[in-house]
Amino acid sequence: MASTPRTSPEVGGMGHSVKRKEDPRFLRGKGNYVDDIQLPGMLHMDIVRSPYAHARIVKIDPSHALKIPGVLAVITGETLAQYKLHWMPTLMSDTQMVLPTEKVMYQAQEVAAVIATDRYAAADGVEAVEVEYDPLPVVVDPFKALEPGAPVLRTDKPNKKDNRIFHWEVGDRKGTESALAGSDVVVEQKIYLPRIHVASIETCGIVADFDRIRGKLTVYMTTQAPHAIRTVIALVAGHVGLSEEKIRVISPDIGGGFGGKVPVYPGYVIAVAASVVIGKPVKWVEDRMENLQADSFARDYHITARMGAKKDGTMTGLEIKTIADHGYADAAANPSKFPAGLFSICTGSYKMPKAFAEVDGVYTNKPPGGIAYRCSFRVTEAVHAIERMTDVLAQELKMDPADLRLKNFIPADEFPYKSALGWEYDSGNYAGALKKAMDLIGYAALRKEQAEKRKKGELMGIGISSFTEIVGAGPSKHFDILGIKMFDSCELRVHPTGKATARFGTKSQGQGHETTYAQIIAEELGIPAAHVEVEEGDTDTAPYGLGTYASRSTPTAGAAGAIAARKVRDKAKKIAAYLLEVAEDDLVWEPGKFSVKGAPQKSKTIQDIAFAAYTNHPQGMEAGLEAVDYYDPPNLTFPFGSYICVVDIDRGTGEVKIRRFVAVDDCGNIINPMIVDGQIHGGLTMGMAPALLEEISYDENGNVQGGSFMDYLLPTAMETPRWETDKTVTPSPHHPFGAKGVGESATVGAPPAIANAVVDALSHLGVKHIDIPITPEKVWKILKEKGVAE
Amino acid sequence: MIPASFDYHQPKSLSEAVDLLQRHGEAAKVLSGGQSLLPLLKLRLGSAAHLVDIGRIPGLEYIKEEGDVLKIGGRTREAELERSDLVRKKYPILADTAAVIADPLVRNMATVGGNLAHGDPANDHPATMLALGAEVVATGPKGARTIPIAKFFTGLFQTALTHDEILTEIRIPAPPARSGGAYVKLERKVGDFATAAAAAQVTLGAGGEVSRAGIALTNAGPMPILAEAAGEFLRGKKPDAAAIGQAARLASQAASPSPDRRGSVEYKREMARVLTARALAKAVARTQGA
Amino acid sequence: MAKHSISVTVNGASQGAQVESRLLLVHFLRENLRLTGTHIGCDTTHCGACTVLLDGVPVKSCTVLAVQADGRDVQTVEGLEKDGKLDPIQEGFYQEHGLQCGYCTPGMMMTGCALLKSNPDPSESEIRQAISGNLCRCTGYVNIVKAVQHAAAAARAR
Repeated sequence: MASTPRTSPEVGGMGHSVKRKEDPRFLRGKGNYVDDIQLPGMLHMDIVRSPYAHARIVKIDPSHALKIPGVLAVITGETLAQYKLHWMPTLMSDTQMVLPTEKVMYQAQEVAAVIATDRYAAADGVEAVEVEYDPLPVVVDPFKALEPGAPVLRTDKPNKKDNRIFHWEVGDRKGTESALAGSDVVVEQKIYLPRIHVASIETCGIVADFDRIRGKLTVYMTTQAPHAIRTVIALVAGHVGLSEEKIRVISPDIGGGFGGKVPVYPGYVIAVAASVVIGKPVKWVEDRMENLQADSFARDYHITARMGAKKDGTMTGLEIKTIADHGYADAAANPSKFPAGLFSICTGSYKMPKAFAEVDGVYTNKPPGGIAYRCSFRVTEAVHAIERMTDVLAQELKMDPADLRLKNFIPADEFPYKSALGWEYDSGNYAGALKKAMDLIGYAALRKEQAEKRKKGELMGIGISSFTEIVGAGPSKHFDILGIKMFDSCELRVHPTGKATARFGTKSQGQGHETTYAQIIAEELGIPAAHVEVEEGDTDTAPYGLGTYASRSTPTAGAAGAIAARKVRDKAKKIAAYLLEVAEDDLVWEPGKFSVKGAPQKSKTIQDIAFAAYTNHPQGMEAGLEAVDYYDPPNLTFPFGSYICVVDIDRGTGEVKIRRFVAVDDCGNIINPMIVDGQIHGGLTMGMAPALLEEISYDENGNVQGGSFMDYLLPTAMETPRWETDKTVTPSPHHPFGAKGVGESATVGAPPAIANAVVDALSHLGVKHIDIPITPEKVWKILKEKGVAE
Repeated sequence: MIPASFDYHQPKSLSEAVDLLQRHGEAAKVLSGGQSLLPLLKLRLGSAAHLVDIGRIPGLEYIKEEGDVLKIGGRTREAELERSDLVRKKYPILADTAAVIADPLVRNMATVGGNLAHGDPANDHPATMLALGAEVVATGPKGARTIPIAKFFTGLFQTALTHDEILTEIRIPAPPARSGGAYVKLERKVGDFATAAAAAQVTLGAGGEVSRAGIALTNAGPMPILAEAAGEFLRGKKPDAAAIGQAARLASQAASPSPDRRGSVEYKREMARVLTARALAKAVARTQGA
Repeated sequence: MAKHSISVTVNGASQGAQVESRLLLVHFLRENLRLTGTHIGCDTTHCGACTVLLDGVPVKSCTVLAVQADGRDVQTVEGLEKDGKLDPIQEGFYQEHGLQCGYCTPGMMMTGCALLKSNPDPSESEIRQAISGNLCRCTGYVNIVKAVQHAAAAARAR
């Protein structure tokens, strides 16, 4: 289990549940979120949106809007076309509209923007803009979109004759086919993961401020990746005179990101353009309905999976084919070589000798996206598939699902493990985590209880999910976004009085970096975490980084922090040797000080050394005590865990009640246990929500269903069970302090645990699979069909 | 998120308020708790050129028993109803109902009168008031008149109130001995409107047979539904599982729900049955205490 | 567009202003008074990020008009601390890691604060019920419950 921390609580290094340094401003109502920002002369922007999913724009009449006192301008696609800003690249090198000049391609698409002196006038202006549309045939079914003769949506792409975006495959197609053909048992299942939306409590927004005199653009933006945004703005708007050294992106306090604040939304670009043209700050903050209906979604994967096994349950092969509905543009923020993200982790925690996966991306008349929901680049989809298939197989073999997993887990002594789809898993102890979870929940007793209840016609189920995650993108050999490699960075400076400032290329949206990064420095240098000021998010000062998403911060920027601190320690050692008049080899390090071997009373603290770095450094050495590290991870990290969920089903209403949920997670060495538990609690809740409640869907005319909190159902404290969490610790062998990422593990692992539990409750009736969200009506229909409804 | 402009009036008395409603006609709406009206205005669905805020008029918030009638002021907050000892002890069906309206924060502003006057079949009080056989007091230019609840709901978002009347009081007959009531709501999550909900208020005779049963359904049609046939069926019968089951079936036949994301017509109708049975069972169990 | 003169006591200080009828209380607080601690998270009265105390009672300030608050008392998150000393509810959230991004936190704390005034020793289930009008995406509510329990214990000890 967790080992004793090496540093004292006063220093607060790894392993201490240091209370969060960022909390005071949030507790006192002094956070600085984008909508809190008010600049002199600031204007407000609001957006006119299309009621149609696919329509030609016949006419936009802004005249009534312009008559409203306070309304200054109405910006259309024609306006932006003059600056060639009406289209922009997506992060996957597709293109999407900023504002349309010819047609709209999804309901709620941006059509025009109203600029006004206050937000009430802007709202009135939006209502007064008149737009005439000529509806076009709508395509919402990706399978229909692929049929010959389907309307071609991307008429803007010359020579485009279909709605295909990409085909991606990995693994051994023929080998897997024959492995399955030769298996004793093959199970097949179609699995659909519907569209969902991450819905952070803070929506997206920007204040764009172009200073005409200095020629400098400052942008306050809800963004998880400020540097990438700065470079994108420079590339996209370079031709209108914006130059990267004169662009400053500030990501202030962010009210939740979860991937939804990575993409570049049209509203941001329009606000920037408006500010440049008008020469005043322009604020745009979207409504919740705009957020749900137009911002990047997640999932929408139509999966067909086949898994083979021997009679005794040994898995022989896995074949997965997926149709990926991306909306009208591929605006997912995947690493460029991975259009289906890290979906190829789908062989999961098991020794899978043969595997093949292919994903075909398709255009439809829906908002573009879509990996924005705490998914680690499609790992939620991959894990849902493998964990559901494992239970489908267990049911077919009449084997206990825990036994089937234990039989097939990659053994703890076979790491690093090369998967059939090309990943080298760094470390794992899957059986350890599952056994711990089974103990904690009392698995054997629950199975007994289930058997008793079945005799009385009561429905209870136990579901397991033993997931392997893949995070920390990523090694420069394979990982880039729009060509920018996915390293991350830390710039660490120790001041004369022994305090430090550390800046990083990532950007916390609630993950607690101001505390955990300080703890990393504290661990390496012995400077108390309370004395390390962590900064992120201002591109004028922070070193270049790719931002925070896909659980990459600890694996990349955290590592950079440790390495930078070690570089500082190396220099500190030289100064210590000089001050103590010994050779470096004669020095021994303990957190916070160097002392002479065999003469521990002769020592210098890191504070002494810091002071000396500016006042008494050896001749020939540069003054100062600082270092920068750009960390290129040698591999990804593979956190894992086992979750067990117990459900009871109401035979009258079909409601599913989660009675207990035990989560055993392993993210390697833990910086702050309190913060890790917080991430797990939140992640489990965001795993339960898609499993039982959340869905964004479209009728055949492309009208969105679930476009407000009335119908897009976020769990309250009443629907959310009291999560039970525990850990195992299996360090990453390649990470500087053995840590792995953890922010998304629970969102990845929880949905299949819940789905498996519900199916398990009904498996004796012959039920094999239910697609999420598992609504009461879905369950009730099954109960009725099987004749067991109340 | 931002409403269109409107004029706002803050009358200090009922007659001033009625005057304003008369003067502005259909262009005026009453602002009570605002938890139904303001969300509509913020989405710019429905409009009002004039809001008449009755929030400052004294004497409209009370819960009291006078003789054998429970009188609730039209502007009584749902939270007050939920907290009231009197209501919890003698009218538990009302406490059940108040406790599942929206969420606790909305209940701090939302009013009982508003919940009824909005005419929304998805609101929770209408069914409960139907089951209780309540009446409402409407105050207008010609003074106050009582309207039996069975005549109050006239269509989708339509009530018997004229545009210049304010719902100032709800009157509920005190239940006789051996009475019990319950409101059971199926919702997708806390704060949602009902997927289905049933109100049941029963009184048993000396021999244990049902002497009166009021059964009503929420969000099961364009108006709140009093399941008369179901109530009739139970009269004179012992409320055992079979009788309750049959009454519940009759109640679900009275439902004509619309399909939406909460459920299909079939599911909602079946849930009306399941919940009616549960509400009846609970109401009958509560007759033991009364 | 009619304008009204209002006078609202906010965190103990009287604030006068001329406002449009339609001005939402949450905008009055955030824009007119620059008290940006109260947040906006939705447009359908669901999320509770805008929760403030109106005459001591927690309400969603996005669904109250500023004119409705005329002559009344409003308390926001900025008014929780006294002379720089944190209220037990704030201390509870700090000690129990009851916040991550901080966006829902002011609303949660106002609701929690009001709960403890009427129920000084709430059970877990009572706390969950009381905060069921406040949505959080980050914490999964576990530590928010602990934060309120912490505040309850601390307030009782005082």
